[in-house]
Amino acid sequence: MSKPIFEARDVSVTFNVGRGRNKSQVHALKKVSLDVNEGEIVGLVGESGSGKSTLARVAIGLQKQNSGELFYAGQALPKVRTLEDRRKMQMIFQDPYSSLDPRMSVKQAIFELLDTHNVLPKEKRLDRCKELLSLVKLPESLLDSRPYAMSGGQRQRVAIARALSLNPQFLIADEAVSALDVSVQASIINLLSDLRDSLKLSILFISHDLAIVRLLCDRVNVINLGEIVESSPTLSLFDNPQHAYTRQLISAVPKLDAIVRNAN
Amino acid sequence: MNAMNSGAMTSNVLEVEDLQIVARIAGRDYIAIDNISFSVAEGHARGLVGESGSGKSLTLRAIMGLLPANVRVTSGVIKFQGQDLLAEGGKYRKSVLGTGISMVFQEPSVALNPVMKIGKQITDSLMQHSDLNRKQARERAIDLMDQVGIREASKRVDDFPFQLSGGMKQRVMIAAALACGPELILCDEPTTALDVTIQAQIIELFKKLRSELKVSLLYVTHDIGVVAELCDAISVMYSGRIVEQADDINKVFSHPRHPYTKALLSAIPRIDGPIQRLKGLDNTGPSLTQRSQELAPPMTNVEPGWQIAPFEFADLDALWSASSHE
Amino acid sequence: MSTSLSLRPNILSRLRGFRVNNFRLYLGIFIIFVVVAMAVLASHLTKFDPISQDLLNTLQGGTAEHFLGTDNLGRDVWSRLLYGGRTDLFLASIAVLAPFVIGTVVGAICGYFSGWVDTLVMRIADVVVAFPFYVLVISLVFILGNGVGSIFIAISLVSWVAYARIVRAETMIVRSKEFIEAAQTGGISNQKIITRHVLPNVITQAIVYAMSDIVLNIGVIVTLSYFGLGIVPPTPDWGRMIAEGQQFLAGGYYALTILPALAVVITSLGLSFIGDGLAVALRVKR
Repeated sequence: MSKPIFEARDVSVTFNVGRGRNKSQVHALKKVSLDVNEGEIVGLVGESGSGKSTLARVAIGLQKQNSGELFYAGQALPKVRTLEDRRKMQMIFQDPYSSLDPRMSVKQAIFELLDTHNVLPKEKRLDRCKELLSLVKLPESLLDSRPYAMSGGQRQRVAIARALSLNPQFLIADEAVSALDVSVQASIINLLSDLRDSLKLSILFISHDLAIVRLLCDRVNVINLGEIVESSPTLSLFDNPQHAYTRQLISAVPKLDAIVRNAN
Repeated sequence: MNAMNSGAMTSNVLEVEDLQIVARIAGRDYIAIDNISFSVAEGHARGLVGESGSGKSLTLRAIMGLLPANVRVTSGVIKFQGQDLLAEGGKYRKSVLGTGISMVFQEPSVALNPVMKIGKQITDSLMQHSDLNRKQARERAIDLMDQVGIREASKRVDDFPFQLSGGMKQRVMIAAALACGPELILCDEPTTALDVTIQAQIIELFKKLRSELKVSLLYVTHDIGVVAELCDAISVMYSGRIVEQADDINKVFSHPRHPYTKALLSAIPRIDGPIQRLKGLDNTGPSLTQRSQELAPPMTNVEPGWQIAPFEFADLDALWSASSHE
Repeated sequence: MSTSLSLRPNILSRLRGFRVNNFRLYLGIFIIFVVVAMAVLASHLTKFDPISQDLLNTLQGGTAEHFLGTDNLGRDVWSRLLYGGRTDLFLASIAVLAPFVIGTVVGAICGYFSGWVDTLVMRIADVVVAFPFYVLVISLVFILGNGVGSIFIAISLVSWVAYARIVRAETMIVRSKEFIEAAQTGGISNQKIITRHVLPNVITQAIVYAMSDIVLNIGVIVTLSYFGLGIVPPTPDWGRMIAEGQQFLAGGYYALTILPALAVVITSLGLSFIGDGLAVALRVKR
């Protein structure tokens, strides 16, 4: 259970901003370390500009780190990822209205990955599509639908199905539910939690929403200004936050139960 | 239906009665808002809650007279201080917009003019409605900025919007909304674009304004948590209708009566209380063109000041069947 | 809620993801169809050779034989209009192809990768744009010498820039979409991302522009011929017809100038309608 599937060690990222005289450096990540164990959902919580999305992009290989290393199942991930590396981990993006090509049907989107990686015999690929749709609880009838004909929740399910198509063991969800309505959001959270159980997935769940993280994650890392300020098991983080910033974050969340308790 | 607040001693700043809004799409009319009625009592705050497509923003825009070209109010009354805003082609509305009623938008970075100093933007409407000179207006702007918690207001009054953070911009928007001393502020998701810590500060600010200035709020949001913190009355919208509303928000939160309200409340992850699996839905109701075009049956009183819509209207079915696999 | 105002989402639009609404598109297609058909079927629509002179019957008005009359060399105006259209339309359409392809590919590559290649190409584009279009084309044809080939090269050298800029801007918008990143994390090669995800989403703008570019090309070709550059006489062409007809305007022979000018206007109008219509029809639903 406690074998790490993904580790980031002392990852730093700096961005150059401005030109000429105004040129300066922004430290998006400062020696960030984090690990995700097999079958675990680990939260990464922070506000905008905290560096949480940068870490997601580094982890998935969309952004190169200036220093530090990444490991998958104990082995260092190379700076240039091979197709095999890509199959190990996939990402779910924030905006389901932008993460699917508007000109591609569900089938085309999934086939694109299956064809590129070519690990499944051709005749089994359509069955795999159907299997994936049922995994994310979508009807098969959506196979030929294009994104415009689907709701936000359906699109996000398609994005998840696509991410799962190559059987990755590790998923990165970058604000994957924050663009959705609450009731739809709840069903996607449930789906992720179910998938973790049924597929033994490990998930790095990146969010600004502490309440969701509390519900879904086993452990939580709090990130502020490019540094992880606190990392603890979910229950102890919320019951007994150690860092001042964590306390500030938790107290800032509007509380529904408080008012219900007041009423009673 | 306007009897709902009459029991209280306070009068209503805003009364919406049997408002119906129709949208014309592809040459056909669809009912977008179906006979809704609610009111905002003086000094009170009503949260208008719903998910996307529920019609909450459209309702707010109808009050402001900012409806898109293909959308129109077909019947109903919108009264501000007892006078109909829609009468005489909106002549009265024109006279109270900016003075009696003002608005705070979701995206302060879009709502502010990037090439105008913030002090000037705050007093823009004030200059229109009063004969303050420039110096007095500037003083007033600094006052207002103080009031909304912008530190060193006398220095920042000449800043441009790009020099401010998102939270500060929203404070500027609120200062501008306060400039003419309005009785009612219409809020369209004013904290949705902000981080939680900033959101908490803005909510505190609204609370302070409510207690100090006795200003009334109509607060449109999808975030029930924010409503719980800030509002004392609530109307829950679904699919162009109000399904449940109460003058006392606690009643709805502790004993929701309508299935949709229940569903919504059980879909919200809580920061405190027990950790339990959420109940999710797969959609937020039928799209405008697929809704039942029958008129909504009238709401019934659970008790005075607490009303629900009948459960059995057709559109809910889609919702339950979609969520049945959960 | 959706406030889209498309007129009638019919079955075709549902099937193809298209928004087919428009009268303008059909009108444009109709006009261009007629014009092209007349140019292609020229030999069936007239029995006169457009370049054979008949010096006994010059400057005639409409007669039973020559129903649009003859010009100063006794050539049949109707037949010159038809064959002239053939020259101009053919050349204008061909001259659109190379800039379209070059500009689109260059624009997509620049927009997708950015970096120094992008900077370099865009500086070159800036230089090209710095000169007035007509001045540049006319000087190029002047240098390269008269003839169809010169026109073709001159137009290609100048007008790829417009496509490159349009496609580059569109590509940069598309590149910021998450579906591009999703493809990258899926291990899909840059080349495939450009051909499968970028181009289909940006090419619409280029196609729409191409329609107005044909109009522009007709204008260029006609102008060049008007100045005696480009198409070599006696090849019939609308520009030269206008130029030659001009000297007889004073004598009251208006038709010699007005008819080819009208042909240019009608053709341009048709293409513009198609361009506008396509812009609506190809808009992808999101």
